[in-house]
Amino acid sequence: MFGRKYSALSVAWHATTGNRYLTPVWRDPEPRDRYDVVVIGGGGHGLATAYYLAKEHGAKSVAVLERAWIGFGNAGRNTTIIRSNYLLPGNLPFYEWSMKLWESLEGELNYNAMVSQRGVLNLYHSDPQRDAFARRGNAMRLHGVDAELLDRNQLQKFAPFLNFDDARFPIQGGLLQRRGGTARHDAVVWGYARAADGSGVDIIQRCEVTGIRTEAGRVVGVETSRGFIRAPKVGIAVAGNSSRLAAMVGLRLPIETHVIQGFVTEPVKPLIPGVITFGAGHFYISQSDKGGLVFGGDLDGYNSYASRGNLPTAEDVCEGGIAILPLIGRIRVLRIWGGMMDMTMDGSPIIDRAPIKGLYLNAGWCYGGFKATPASGWCFAHLIARDELHPVAAHYRLDRFATGHLIDENGRGAQPNLH
Amino acid sequence: MRIPCPYCGERDAHEFAYLGDATVKRPDFDARESLWVDYVYMRDNPAGRHREHWYHTTGCRSWLTVTRDTRTHQILTVEFASQGDAA
Amino acid sequence: MPLVAHRNARHSYSSNPYGRIRQSGRCRVIANQAYRLPEVGAIDRSRSLTFMFDGRAYGGFAGDTLTSALIANGVRLIGRSFKYHRPRGIFTSGPEEPNALVELGAGARREPNTKATTIELFDGLVAASQNRWPSLRIDLGAINSLLAPFIGAGFYYKTLMWPASFWETIYEPLIRRSAGLGRAAEGPDPDNYEKAHAFCDLLVIGSGPAGLMSALIGARAGARVILCEEDFAIGGRLLAEKHEIDGQEGRVWAAQTEARLTELQNVRIFRRTSVFGVYDGGTYGALERVTDHLRESTPHQARQRLWKIVARHVVLATGAVERHIVFGGNDKPGVMLASAARTYVNRFAALPGRHIAIFTCCDDGWKTAADFATAGATVVAVIDVRREISRAFARVAERIGARLVTGGRVVGTRGGRSLRSIDVIGADGQAVRFEVDCLGVSGGWNPTIDLTCHHGSKPRWSDDQHAYIADKLPPGLSIAGAAAGALSLPAALLSGAKVGHEAIHTLGFIARFPDLPRTDEDPARLNPFWHVRGSRGKAFVDLQNDVTVTDIEIAFREGFRSVEHLKRYTTLGMGTDQGKAGNVSGYAIMADLTGSSITVTGTTIYRPPHVPIAISAFAGHHRGKNFRPTRLTPSHRWAAEHGAIFVETGPWLRAQYFPKFGETDWLTTISREVTAVRTAVGVCDVSTLGKIEIQGTDAGTFLDRIYINTFSTLLPGKTRYGVMLREDGLVMDDGTTARLAADRYVMSTTTANAGLIMQHLEFCHQVLWPTLDVQLASISETWAQFSVAGPCSRATLAKLVDPPFNIANERFPHLSVASLTVCGGVPARLFRLSFSGELAYELAVPANYGDGVIRVIMSAGAEFGIEPYGTEALGVMRIEKGHVAGNEITGQMTARDLGLGRLMSTKKDFIGRRMAERIAFHDPNRPCVVGFRPTNRSARLQAGAHFVPCGAAPTAANDEGFMSSVAFSPSLGHWIGRGFLQRGPERIGGRVRAYDPVRATDVEVEICNPVFIDPEGGRLRA
Repeated sequence: MFGRKYSALSVAWHATTGNRYLTPVWRDPEPRDRYDVVVIGGGGHGLATAYYLAKEHGAKSVAVLERAWIGFGNAGRNTTIIRSNYLLPGNLPFYEWSMKLWESLEGELNYNAMVSQRGVLNLYHSDPQRDAFARRGNAMRLHGVDAELLDRNQLQKFAPFLNFDDARFPIQGGLLQRRGGTARHDAVVWGYARAADGSGVDIIQRCEVTGIRTEAGRVVGVETSRGFIRAPKVGIAVAGNSSRLAAMVGLRLPIETHVIQGFVTEPVKPLIPGVITFGAGHFYISQSDKGGLVFGGDLDGYNSYASRGNLPTAEDVCEGGIAILPLIGRIRVLRIWGGMMDMTMDGSPIIDRAPIKGLYLNAGWCYGGFKATPASGWCFAHLIARDELHPVAAHYRLDRFATGHLIDENGRGAQPNLH
Repeated sequence: MRIPCPYCGERDAHEFAYLGDATVKRPDFDARESLWVDYVYMRDNPAGRHREHWYHTTGCRSWLTVTRDTRTHQILTVEFASQGDAA
Repeated sequence: MPLVAHRNARHSYSSNPYGRIRQSGRCRVIANQAYRLPEVGAIDRSRSLTFMFDGRAYGGFAGDTLTSALIANGVRLIGRSFKYHRPRGIFTSGPEEPNALVELGAGARREPNTKATTIELFDGLVAASQNRWPSLRIDLGAINSLLAPFIGAGFYYKTLMWPASFWETIYEPLIRRSAGLGRAAEGPDPDNYEKAHAFCDLLVIGSGPAGLMSALIGARAGARVILCEEDFAIGGRLLAEKHEIDGQEGRVWAAQTEARLTELQNVRIFRRTSVFGVYDGGTYGALERVTDHLRESTPHQARQRLWKIVARHVVLATGAVERHIVFGGNDKPGVMLASAARTYVNRFAALPGRHIAIFTCCDDGWKTAADFATAGATVVAVIDVRREISRAFARVAERIGARLVTGGRVVGTRGGRSLRSIDVIGADGQAVRFEVDCLGVSGGWNPTIDLTCHHGSKPRWSDDQHAYIADKLPPGLSIAGAAAGALSLPAALLSGAKVGHEAIHTLGFIARFPDLPRTDEDPARLNPFWHVRGSRGKAFVDLQNDVTVTDIEIAFREGFRSVEHLKRYTTLGMGTDQGKAGNVSGYAIMADLTGSSITVTGTTIYRPPHVPIAISAFAGHHRGKNFRPTRLTPSHRWAAEHGAIFVETGPWLRAQYFPKFGETDWLTTISREVTAVRTAVGVCDVSTLGKIEIQGTDAGTFLDRIYINTFSTLLPGKTRYGVMLREDGLVMDDGTTARLAADRYVMSTTTANAGLIMQHLEFCHQVLWPTLDVQLASISETWAQFSVAGPCSRATLAKLVDPPFNIANERFPHLSVASLTVCGGVPARLFRLSFSGELAYELAVPANYGDGVIRVIMSAGAEFGIEPYGTEALGVMRIEKGHVAGNEITGQMTARDLGLGRLMSTKKDFIGRRMAERIAFHDPNRPCVVGFRPTNRSARLQAGAHFVPCGAAPTAANDEGFMSSVAFSPSLGHWIGRGFLQRGPERIGGRVRAYDPVRATDVEVEICNPVFIDPEGGRLRA
């Protein structure tokens, strides 16, 4: 009666018909023998890529292959922040494009991903930090991105509950991007999946890629746990496991896989308005719509595929939290999870052709891939469809490490665990 | 995670600083540039046994070569890095 | 459906049929406890306590939990549910409680969402219900129940999209306000938290029958044993059951075993301690609640203690949690787990209802029936889903006068804020209504195995045990008792003994297999039964998050069938009970819908913490000013005496400037300090710079490989400025290194990088070039170091330097270094170095002389007008002199960017050389450092401004660089700056805009040489 279109009316209709006519949000098709494009990885990036391939480039035959279930990797385990408060010209246009896509995502997908622009605030504690944030804020403004530098008085109005009196590193002010905020991570996955499926993309779950077949230096398809699938173009979007996929074609990447821990507390009544980042203490926090505080901090700091972290880092993160928000102390942590991060050598991602024809890489998102989801999909789809870099992602080249055109926001150098 | 430091004994990993892959070897000064790029940037990043450098920051200040499974965090061997690549 | 009402179950809440009220001073309190049983239980009736719930005073006893005391007082309505605001009571007796959540305490100590089942009662306890408005009894949020059909699983995702601007302004604030359960504390947490480490051979988690057996074996074998129990009493289910062990009550056996363990020196028992996480290397996280059960703690006493226990082996004996059966109306206050119901009766002497029915699919429910009957309550009916039950149970039913319904189902409940009756359908299809005020539900047991999954393995479904059991265990952990599926008492004791015995052997101890205590038979048969189909009303799977069977059906129809999708779409198991109460039932119902087995369905991943842990407990005492250590300079006390304003510089607190009486702003003070140095003499503590001693015959060679310039050619007695790169070719640090002797150098690093450079040098030595004869030592803390700068600095220092050492210009010229003594024998190192551009020295003395020496310097310089100066004046003079400032070493700069490219040797290998040759680093368009001054000299400059060509639009395409540091130069009388500008050195003399929209400034500046003062360097050689 209402087709696939979501609205309050359709929900009401389903409610009055006992939800009998609900159908799967995406199909569960058997893989076909061949596709024009195979995207490996059913996370946000892979699904967005497939969606834009179909929607923007008219691709008719696209499959997304997911080892487990869509959204099971970092898309389903992250702290849901969206922002474009970057410093470097290699990053700013890309993340701002992502922000613009976020702002129109719900209309685009007809799915409420709960994009909530409640603001992202970075605190500063010293004059040099203030000047560094001014530099960043000015760079944002030059790129047409909103940025405000708040002094202490302005900050006290925005976030009166911060520890202004007793902090080891006194809070002097902050850099605020009001358009930043959060989105509901799972809904982003489901929304893209639904829209991609509706555009004819086959989403194939429980289909693990075990090999990438090449002939005469070009890709011909992928070996999977459900058989060989022929495809002249293969895109890899498996952050956390990029090195393992690349190794299937003998490729080494400037990437280490690291664990980062995320935290969520029991739900409490509204307390924290937007996202607050305490760089000096390696801590960031927001509050979900359900009421849980969602926070995180540093990487554990060692290569890991174990999807779990250790206690010292958890303690360190919570110390950072209490340092600036002493009133959250008695709130209890419910879950601590560990995600696998593709940490690159300069802290920035790679969206580029691999040295094998027909193979494309979308990797190296470090701990910041969620906010990039729409633009990553957009630019990766562009790259796969046209075999050329998208202008806003033109700096995310694989050869930048050889040429020195690094995009190192923090200046930590070739040591992934410091980014 | 606990690392058995050959000098200090078994200590919690938070006493140590991590550097990364210990299998990469600094090329000769006049080696091809691509070898230098590989040394500085490219990593095997295995899911499994990984030889890696740790520094006992708050202990004896030794650089150690630790063999550890990146899937389980199990530590298999620990040696002084100065003794070269025994494994 | 014909209903046959059972009328004989009418009851009244006002009288106490058990009530021979003891005639004592305690009379008032026990009189209120109308549901308190006489004589039985493990409560201490000699210690009565008073507490408040929702503003009303009640009485209880030592040994009660908040829920047992509320039950004893006949309080049944405790809270409102998350989404539909349905009335909720007490469902369990442990940490799996989904319903009875309260705000405990008030003000800054208020703790939201506290499980009342885990709160140990104390005198003066204050608790309140939450998530209701205006009151618990009348909650307007209950209107959500009417909307339920429209706000089932996933409705958010499909609606509230139009108009888009309403999301942040209307929809989301509404959702946020109605979500969230309790309210956070009103202020900073006032309590103390501490951390502790413990090491043991055997850690036993859980003190039920299995845990006690394991601990006893370990203890007797001489192993270091730690026994952790999250309850305040030892014994686990032995406290709650009417078991007999060796002819006495199980509770007594537990107490005796505890006493035996306590006598042994090698055993530590931690009560009120939850092991919450299994980490790597045999490290276990545990939280001890030290004073939560006390009305008042002594000052400075920790409220909670975070233990990190390193154990060689662990026996996990965490028992099992009873699961419920899902049916319509299963959330009414009065419906509870059967095991919990008898826990309240047997352990706490608190009667959850006077007319109880049991709904069970296993033998266990029958225990509750028997125990209630023994306690004198009316067991109205036992509804067993099994068609065939043992003859023994039939006899029990007969003895206690309960109506037995085999093959029965509970299909509905009635009652508003508390259960009044249940509707049952028997195997014959006949409907019966029983009037009861309590329904004990027993759906079998889920072993508590969360901790076994913390290393990433998932539990496995066992068709034998009809439960998820541990699959792959973390290294060094074994599992015993009910957690291992040994549900009956004899099986648990045997399992504890066997597993403990094996563990102790593995650890290398010798132990004889113990004699097992004598016990009764303890039947534990089970017919798994999850869900009453076709029951009436909402059937809750996850009570806290209001996830119903309908929600699971929606998820199924819409394709959210994997357990991870199910969890995320419906929020199943995401409440504060962490899925302990309902997850397994949810999986089973989904398995039923998909037609696959529960084995295939699987579970989500269990993650730490196993129980919710306060953020404060993780943070411990690292908070407020103690968040990070504060390092003080050797002259700190002196500086404080002289009115210094201090500034946080990394871990250090440094003197920023020294205001004098009458100086009203910092610029006046700093300008005075700068002028003093430029015209007379000033002194500044520079001890925070990193100092590394480098010795050995290859020290020069080593430094040549570290620095981009050469140090092996430096003559002993001289210093040189050096720059080092990272291996990626970008600048890592700068500083001066002095050669004290042929085989001896001392390096200085920036304050921020002191530790990092030490680590880097150790790496280069130990890993890259282990054969070089080099020794390294960090001496940053060993020496206090003062910069004495200004035209009168030599005259000042000459008064300190012991003869015969002569610091005349010709004997000790610029860039000299010497070891000498000062002040009559204090060992010292003197460097002739200048960052201010004036004649200047740095004097290093052993750190403990620092305070004395700065006082001597000040009095020596008094006749010349010496002034102390802080980091601000230091910074101003560095900028005036054109030196690289610390904040310009951003890790993104090449030596050439910083104007230091000429230092780079082309004759040797050094760290970073090859990568510095990459093409991007030689792009002539890279911004390079130059100086700036405002065209209008009265204008102020701002660091962080970007450079845009004059007359061009401020766009990204026109962005030519940024201002890195600025200062008001008292020497020049206007603002000056340093910054990075594309082709900067070629554009000296030109102009550019310094554009700073975030501070609304936009200043035209002249591009100039970055050295503003004495570019020829005459002053520092004077």
